[in-house]
Amino acid sequence: MNIRTDIAHGANHMQPPLLDVQDLTVEFATRRGAVRAVEKVNLTLGRGETLGIVGESGSGKSVTSYTVMRILDRAGRIAEGTITFGGVDVGNASESTVRALRGREMSMIFQNPRAALNPIRKVGKQIEDVLIEHVQAQPSDAREKAIEVLKAVRIARPEERYHAYPFELSGGMCQRIVIALALACRPQLLIADEPTTGLDVTTQKAVMDLVVELARERNMATILITHDLGLAAAYCDRVMVMEKGKVVESATAEAIFRAPQHVYTRKLMRATPRPGIGLRDLLPEGTVPEAAPPMPAAMPAKTGEPLLVVENLVKEYPRQGSGGGFAKLFGRSADAEADAPFRAVDGISFEVARGESLGLVGESGCGKSTTSMMVMRLADPTSGRILFDGEDIGAMPARRFARSSFRPRIQLVFQDPTDSLNPRFTAARAIADPLMRMGTGLGGGALRARVEELAGLVGLPTQFLDRFPHQLSGGQKARVGIARAIALDPDLVVLDEPTAALDVSVQAVVLNLLQDLKVRLGMSYIFVSHDLEVVRMLCDRVIVMRAGRIVEEGRTAEVMAAPKADYTRELLSSIPHPPL
Amino acid sequence: MSLATATDAPPARDNLFSHARHIMAENPVTGIAFGLFALLVVAALIGPYVVPYDPLASDTAAALQPPSATHWFGTDQLGRDIFSRVVVASRLDMTIAVASVALVFVVGGFAGLAAGYFGGWTDQIVGRVSDTIMAFPLFVLAMGIVAAMGNTVTNIIIATAIINFPLYVRVARAEANIRREAGFVQAARLTGNSELRILLGQIAPNILPIMMVQVSLTMGYAILNAAGLSFIGLGVRPPTPEWGIMVAEGASFIISGEWWIAFFPGVTLMLAVFCFNLLGDGLRDLVDPQRRT
Amino acid sequence: MLAQIARRLATAIPSIIGVIIVTFLLTRVLPGDTAAYFAGPAATPQAIEEIRAKLGLDKPLPVQFVAYVKDLATGNLGNSLTTGQPVLDDLRARLPASAELTLLGLLLSILIAVPLGILAAVRQGSWIDHLCRIVATAGVSLPVFFTGLLLVYVFYFRLGWAPAPLGRLDFFYSAPPDITGFYLIDSLATGDFETFRAAFSQIWLPAVTLAIFSLAPIARMTRASMLAVLASDFVRTARASGLKPSKIVLGYAFRNALLPVITTLGMVFSFLLGANVLVEKVFAWPGIGSYAIEALITSDYAPVQGFVLAMAILYVLLNLAIDILYGLVDPRVRIEA
Repeated sequence: MNIRTDIAHGANHMQPPLLDVQDLTVEFATRRGAVRAVEKVNLTLGRGETLGIVGESGSGKSVTSYTVMRILDRAGRIAEGTITFGGVDVGNASESTVRALRGREMSMIFQNPRAALNPIRKVGKQIEDVLIEHVQAQPSDAREKAIEVLKAVRIARPEERYHAYPFELSGGMCQRIVIALALACRPQLLIADEPTTGLDVTTQKAVMDLVVELARERNMATILITHDLGLAAAYCDRVMVMEKGKVVESATAEAIFRAPQHVYTRKLMRATPRPGIGLRDLLPEGTVPEAAPPMPAAMPAKTGEPLLVVENLVKEYPRQGSGGGFAKLFGRSADAEADAPFRAVDGISFEVARGESLGLVGESGCGKSTTSMMVMRLADPTSGRILFDGEDIGAMPARRFARSSFRPRIQLVFQDPTDSLNPRFTAARAIADPLMRMGTGLGGGALRARVEELAGLVGLPTQFLDRFPHQLSGGQKARVGIARAIALDPDLVVLDEPTAALDVSVQAVVLNLLQDLKVRLGMSYIFVSHDLEVVRMLCDRVIVMRAGRIVEEGRTAEVMAAPKADYTRELLSSIPHPPL
Repeated sequence: MSLATATDAPPARDNLFSHARHIMAENPVTGIAFGLFALLVVAALIGPYVVPYDPLASDTAAALQPPSATHWFGTDQLGRDIFSRVVVASRLDMTIAVASVALVFVVGGFAGLAAGYFGGWTDQIVGRVSDTIMAFPLFVLAMGIVAAMGNTVTNIIIATAIINFPLYVRVARAEANIRREAGFVQAARLTGNSELRILLGQIAPNILPIMMVQVSLTMGYAILNAAGLSFIGLGVRPPTPEWGIMVAEGASFIISGEWWIAFFPGVTLMLAVFCFNLLGDGLRDLVDPQRRT
Repeated sequence: MLAQIARRLATAIPSIIGVIIVTFLLTRVLPGDTAAYFAGPAATPQAIEEIRAKLGLDKPLPVQFVAYVKDLATGNLGNSLTTGQPVLDDLRARLPASAELTLLGLLLSILIAVPLGILAAVRQGSWIDHLCRIVATAGVSLPVFFTGLLLVYVFYFRLGWAPAPLGRLDFFYSAPPDITGFYLIDSLATGDFETFRAAFSQIWLPAVTLAIFSLAPIARMTRASMLAVLASDFVRTARASGLKPSKIVLGYAFRNALLPVITTLGMVFSFLLGANVLVEKVFAWPGIGSYAIEALITSDYAPVQGFVLAMAILYVLLNLAIDILYGLVDPRVRIEA
């Protein structure tokens, strides 16, 4: 009955792989009939081995791992193939057999760690639940063991954390708890499904290092599912690349990077931002547009007065209580003194020259987005000046700025292309909006002609113009957003993580498009990003922010090559480096 | 604007239509609800001209007759034909429901929209008014309002609108609030739209479908509420045919076995409310982006 | 915990103020002559004038308001013309009847609706799910007075399983000694099973009527929030850690799904207190609802006003209790507040 001894027993004799998946095909029942999410996937994994499964959204990488755990939702089923884990036929075993394996012999950690924890149960109790379920602890000693588990994932002050609820912990801390939960029973296999997506790069490094270290310590097999080829290559022995439900290539991490065999792998690998390459290198081979001007290595910033000067910019927010006016009146008077305003942006100054692109880099909460919102004049600064073309536009309230003559000259490309398009407007209507509101009085045919011209500029085929956002792909929506931003020939465009929601191959194309447009239309960019590699390729200068302040500023190449601030160094070293 | 009108509509209508067909196919009950709804509208429009008997004419010789071929739903204690009264009553009940819902749709919808979008003191005031209404059990508040303002159909309409006000405010406010900082709203600001234009031109059309679901659901509630008020003697007065009053009139005959006097108006009332609730559910499926692929 | 309750109490204050202002406005500002209301339909013009002066209606509005609040503070809600008693005493005497009926109805409906909603969500697409959907849609469509009458017809006239719908207790029995005012509890407390049986045979039909009415929103909300929670990430984590289905459904999912259900209870109470009025009329139940209806028929305004005020304050207090209950279940509210 004891599965653990069964597995050990089997291992002694012939050393079969821990996990063996043969010809796995998974189908989902949908309205339009069965859809194959995974087709004929083979994989084997030995003890202590680390496998990366890499693919873009919809590649079937998550479905594969859910099937191994047998936690597919109702609509999904194994249509073909076998899954053998430690001698157990997982595909055909009874639910209770698989349940005994889950959490004890094979575990899983997920994206969005905060949501992965029960919001109204103490995290320590959640770990206890797993320990008691798998008879690793009795109710009498469960607490002690749970605290031990917390210690094992390097959580400081585990006795206190035991009593914490997930909403009281940071994202990185929550991911540690999820890892603790998964590893509480010392499983032999850990599946990590995008474990660091949405976490900051320094947190990502800490989490990944922890997983790898524990795996090594316990001789545990690991499957890392990610969209980030660089991350997989940096942390895994072998990498398996999936596209549209099929495995296109499977090799050692080094081999994949050195000599990718499959076309798709090559494309994916090329599109992954990495040290020592330029924007053009991101595009698939043979697709670099010949007509496009050669990439200027570093655009010399034009002389003359700067386009934008920001001086001592400060943005304060009152510390937020959720209640309305009366709740404040009655409930919050006592601790009012403790509520010193929170400084999201704490006195920063910088300049943007004409035709220059400036990168604004930092982790979440560093104030980079708030800064860009103030420069955009969508938010009012608490103090400080914003000089645009010599004029103090910061003094004009955001509300009135919408009708100012400066409005057309500063535009924005949004982070989430879906959210930034009105679901009830067609692409053409979205692009035409600025032209109709602030344009030159174009009407009818002339307006349509201008919209088509803009679509041509951003590479959006005209037949897509009459579609609604939900009928467009992510990359197409991004193009619509860019077309709208450049419709009025702005001088300054703020790019707020414009590719964060896109797959890497789409990101590669969009970044190149942005660069071409800048050169062609002579615009300046402020590029807000968390990704230093991307900033390096697109920006002349970079500002690194932390906690509302600028920690380092300089030419991008210099900052990347020889960072002066410790924090910049930490950021740089946190970027996963493939074995090259 | 020519561009917008030329390009907006066709794909949307096409989509919505095929989607509606799909919903009907998956859930035939919604189709039945549409049929019932059509029947109600017809009854309200031409009912008074086609019923077999005068709904007010009493005929004591034919009092308390059970349903038969001459009197399909039987007769009441004054010998009035219940079928005719039920059909004629649909106009009054529908008028009350439509008028009160239209009133609250405009007032509550706009108040909620403004509260959610502008926040600040607008939100405070709208929230306070709506909280105060919500502090009462709603039917009890409606009783109080009609009792104080006087026993008329107009006051029933107003009272029904008032007790529905918080529901409309809540939906419109929440929907406006989540869209207030949405990317496309920010984008509209960047392209020089005024706040009012954003509210009415960008946000309102996106909220309209959800508000229509609300309309359908509250129509049923409005009919129930009006019938409940007249059941306890508020609002409509006898001998006016109205479903709630007719049930009240039949109530005392239930314990002596003359079930049909209360039964038929009651069932009609129930079906009308049922129909609007089903329509609301159907509409919800139609506009719910989660089910739309 | 105490601090939290105090804070909740503070948030109820604006509601109470709102209620008092509205009930005041309902009588004084809106069209219709209040003095004529209070004087009754047969009063002479002089009598109306006299009452106007007596009620202070000739004074400016703010002065009237102060007087009104003073009256409320001393428990003076005026006298009922029909019973000749102070309204407050009448309400106090009749409130237990209404409360017993409403609470029993609610209890019944929770006992049925919550398990139904959970099962429907866990076995999505099964017959029990369809049943739940039918109950949820049909339930909100039923006019409560009509269901009551139907039940009376079936269970009293046809089957004879229930007594005539005429009040709390058949007149052969005398009311049990007044401990809580709830006949079921009081008769049990004194060991008078005969009276208990009699009281129960009277109350079960109206309670079922109310339960059918409030079943729908509770079942619907339980099902919807269970479905949402079952699809959430943390349930997936729990499944991936091999927890037993019973532990996942009841220990993890249900407690989270309970939160929206508790919130819905506020709305359910609002409907129930309104429906209670109608059910009391159908079953001639001697509660505060039928008291208000009798007063309405005779245009006796003070009891109606007292009734509206009492109901509103009761409802505010119920919402307060719901808020506190919510805080007990959800640590986020507890700590953030």
